[in-house]
Amino acid sequence: MSATAESLGVNPEVPISLQGPAPARVVAGFGFWLFLLSDIILFAALFAAYAVLSSATAGGPTGAELFDKRHVFMETLCLLTSSVTCGFGTLAVTRTDARSVYLWMMATFALGVAFVWMELSEFVGMVSMGAGPSHSAFLSSFFALVGTHGLHVSLGLAWLVIMLLQMSTIGFQPMVARRFFCFGLFWHALDIVWIGVFSIVYLGAH
Amino acid sequence: MFGRLSWAAIPFDQPIIMITVATVGIVLGSVLGLVTLKGWWPYLWREWITSVDHKRIGVMYMVLALVMLIRGFSDAIMMRTQQALAAGGAMGYLPPEHFDQIFSAHGTIMIFFMAMPFVIGLMNFAVPLQLGVRDVAFPVLNSVSFWLTAAGVLLINLSLFIGEFARTGWLAYPPLSELAYSPGVGVDYYLWSLQISGLGTLLSGINLTTTILKIRAPGMGYARMPVFCWTALASNLLIVAAFPVLTATFAMLLLDRYCDFHFFTNDLGGNPMMYVSLIWIWGHPEVYILILPAFGVFSEVVATFSGKPLFGYRSMVLATMAICVLSFIVWLHHFFTMGAGADVNAFFGIMTMIIAVPTGVKIFNWLFTLYGGRVRFTVPVYWTLGFMVTFVIGGMTGVLMAIPPADFVLHNSLFLIAHFHNVAIGGVVFGVMAGYNYWFPKAFGFKLNERLGKAVFWCWFFGFYLAFMPLYALGLMGATRRMQHYPDLNWQPLMQVALSGAVLIFLGIVLTGVQLAVSIRARGRNRDLTGDPWGGRTLEWATPSPPPAWNFTRLPQVDRGDAYWAAKQGSGPALVPGAERPIGPVHVPRNTPVGVFVAFFVVMLGFALIWRIEWLAVLGLIGAVAVALWQAWQKDREMIVAADEVSNFERLNVRRPA
Repeated sequence: MSATAESLGVNPEVPISLQGPAPARVVAGFGFWLFLLSDIILFAALFAAYAVLSSATAGGPTGAELFDKRHVFMETLCLLTSSVTCGFGTLAVTRTDARSVYLWMMATFALGVAFVWMELSEFVGMVSMGAGPSHSAFLSSFFALVGTHGLHVSLGLAWLVIMLLQMSTIGFQPMVARRFFCFGLFWHALDIVWIGVFSIVYLGAH
Repeated sequence: MFGRLSWAAIPFDQPIIMITVATVGIVLGSVLGLVTLKGWWPYLWREWITSVDHKRIGVMYMVLALVMLIRGFSDAIMMRTQQALAAGGAMGYLPPEHFDQIFSAHGTIMIFFMAMPFVIGLMNFAVPLQLGVRDVAFPVLNSVSFWLTAAGVLLINLSLFIGEFARTGWLAYPPLSELAYSPGVGVDYYLWSLQISGLGTLLSGINLTTTILKIRAPGMGYARMPVFCWTALASNLLIVAAFPVLTATFAMLLLDRYCDFHFFTNDLGGNPMMYVSLIWIWGHPEVYILILPAFGVFSEVVATFSGKPLFGYRSMVLATMAICVLSFIVWLHHFFTMGAGADVNAFFGIMTMIIAVPTGVKIFNWLFTLYGGRVRFTVPVYWTLGFMVTFVIGGMTGVLMAIPPADFVLHNSLFLIAHFHNVAIGGVVFGVMAGYNYWFPKAFGFKLNERLGKAVFWCWFFGFYLAFMPLYALGLMGATRRMQHYPDLNWQPLMQVALSGAVLIFLGIVLTGVQLAVSIRARGRNRDLTGDPWGGRTLEWATPSPPPAWNFTRLPQVDRGDAYWAAKQGSGPALVPGAERPIGPVHVPRNTPVGVFVAFFVVMLGFALIWRIEWLAVLGLIGAVAVALWQAWQKDREMIVAADEVSNFERLNVRRPA
């Protein structure tokens, strides 16, 4: 604990709440944590809607009939693995090791793209067999919840590209390092949400 | 090419709307013309529009709120006039489809674009000063938040002239708000303007929460923070926790309307009652988002003008945080009649009564602070005393309606309308008016006129009672809300009394303008040269009025609550130890047009989505993203105020206490 405090350049003798304004890195990280919490509440509302509407199939297909659990398991593997590579990438940022950052973050990007691709193929398959979001309240809530997660992952991929561009143009400035750190938080948070989606939507399908 | 937009969207055949358009056009045109003629644009651009200074942004929020107060009040007095006229066979002057838009716009504007910006403006202005620091955690984001709110304001007011507004009430319940029953652009205006301003509010909530938890002067522990900062913390935590639910709920309704989803439709399994539940999971905390900072203002005012420390500081903090938590488990009392069953209704009824307990604690704390104090009866104290009387009545009618069987009788009646105006005007409006009069000299360096300030108070105070006490009675007589006309002539006299109250409030609003104008003219005589015009206790009064961009040349060192008061009394150490050391340069965030540019493109995006103009929507989105990317590559975000300039400012403006 005190080691962390010293590395932040503050006096460990004084309680942290009395030490005055926190350093920029702490402030940025904390603000981003709050954003992530708000994002998770947004997902909570979508989960609640799904829970209410999951049996409102209006005579249409149910989740158990539609979902291919093997396909979704592969999707899950892609996303969870990408969290590991993202973690190594973030460590490489702290070492300011550009080569490793590229390597790990490209792997993260590739796994993320694979995830989005698999999700899209699932969506396209469902729509083409007549099980699109307009078909029933259950399908509306399914597409909204899973689609919002997919949209987050896609935005995360765009953010990752921007971060790699930032690193190659302005280098490892503290500002860039802070953003990489926030990106890492975002990416891991999406994993947590996905674990909820996988357990409740896919494994819980009835 | 222009989606659903055509000349038919402009209501040329509606004289009331066209006269309004002309009036707004003339006023807006003359203001813009004056600014252009006087050559004030460069100044406005440099010092205000692109400013990232929390004080300037706070002031802009409050200006926005005051302008929207006029808009929302115009709707109110139109409704009161209509209901005073349209009894028995008379139909009044507003056709039903126009009346429906007016009550929807009134509620939406008063909550989202009057009360919210006012409260956020006060927090933005006062919190960093009270914490003894130079700015909020994310100054550029602060500017973006403000301009997103302004973007929402612009969009919702465009609906007056181009197209129509929602006719669905201020919360747009489905299935009425679904495409099947509201095919026009009204609900789309409602949804997009609130989505955009809601994003601004969320970002502002994150910003202020981070500021309070991470950026405080050295020694400013949690138990030493002014109570206003505590209430601001509670309010912003609620924003972070509640606004995403609003965003998600509106997103679902948007998907229903735009993409043929079925969340809340009547057919294919949709569940309209889920919307009501979701929206109030946001809506009830929202009530406390507004009232808690008002409680904070009253706490500061009572302590300052009684010349005593606030009675029961710790119980005040505990009560605030208790309300913060409890506000999330009472939402169902907004729809006891929906049929959730006796057990559920009983639970939420009891929780609602329990939340009155911490509020009662606060009332007693304020009374005990006043007790035995040398109370100076200034304008903020008038508002505070008026609040304590009025809010207690509103609170009691609230507890009355928390009893489900009583609520079954009173639900959606004018009794409910009277209740929530009783707490919204008696609590929030009185609170922001107290705060406005209290912090005005800090923001501008001169005091507001006291006589006129008291006149404003009496207009609002009596105006409120005249306008809303009859509504309690009418509610018990069976009058429901949102009536364009009613058959029972017995209701008319009370409706006319209510109108007279609205006229009195109108006088109060006019006098607010007069007070401002008179005070500006007489500013030479009312200057605050000390920085501490009221004999304040908290750190904002340790700065000159108005404070410099950097607030504090040296960060104060705090060792107790009310440390500034202690330093003035000589009973505590100096606020700035080592003040004799030479002054160094100060870093301040550089102004940036990012906020206003993002808002420009977001307005474009919102307008295009409302009218379904695809190419314009794409353009707006690309523009907003491009501005954000441009900002991401800006490395030089701070500027340095030279030591000479800082010490010059200090020499000219700072009077050292004690």
